[in-house]
Amino acid sequence: MAVREAELEIPAHEHEDQHKHQKLVIIAWSGDLDKVWPQMILATTGAAMGMQTTIFFTFWGLFSLVKDGVHITGENWMQKMVAMMDRPGMEHLKLGKMNFAGAGPKMMKHLAKEHKVASPGELLEMARDLGVRLVPCQMTMDLLGLTREDMIEGLGDPVGATTMLLEAQDAVTLFI
Amino acid sequence: MSAQITRTLDLKGLSCPLPIVKTAQAIRKLQSGDLIEALATDPGSVPDFEAWCTTTGNELVEQSEADDVFRFVIRKK
Repeated sequence: MAVREAELEIPAHEHEDQHKHQKLVIIAWSGDLDKVWPQMILATTGAAMGMQTTIFFTFWGLFSLVKDGVHITGENWMQKMVAMMDRPGMEHLKLGKMNFAGAGPKMMKHLAKEHKVASPGELLEMARDLGVRLVPCQMTMDLLGLTREDMIEGLGDPVGATTMLLEAQDAVTLFI
Repeated sequence: MSAQITRTLDLKGLSCPLPIVKTAQAIRKLQSGDLIEALATDPGSVPDFEAWCTTTGNELVEQSEADDVFRFVIRKK
């Protein structure tokens, strides 16, 4: 009887897994170059593989979506200080480790160029072209005082954790 | 080769994930049954193209290597 049950379970499981392979959810919480890069690499690859791909940008991850020309974001002095200490925008990311006042990222970008590895900004463009959904976290936008005007075009409507977890229920989910 | 190649992609020198991403971008503009040729130098592209074809249902018709260049011919699903 136990064997029979086990047998019966396999097809259901397989079906679930098959379904799971069609969707990719990346929870992008970090704004460090060393994390944003893999966020973008995996998102473009997932979309290229035909997976319905969504990136949920939350906390420091949200700074990647700030327009390049915007230096200071936020409404009150504390929100502005956060942006001043950590300039937002895809081109101004720092390394989580060995940043060395910007020398680390500079070297990484130089190496990447030499090895023809696309920059996070280029990959973001490709992700958009391939239909990756870029979804900002509403709570973090409020927390940091970020407005839609501060951020790049083509983003999905801001949502909360519940919406994202629902989306992630039947998806491969990565927290980067 | 008898069948006509519709589009050739020069992906030489590019690193992961660009060979696959650029192929996925280019293949969208083709018709079903069209052949696309991809030339890459990234050794990782060999397993990657195989995996990509398996998962997307596009057919890897031909695969060869000459002078460190990997050549893939893919038929669009």
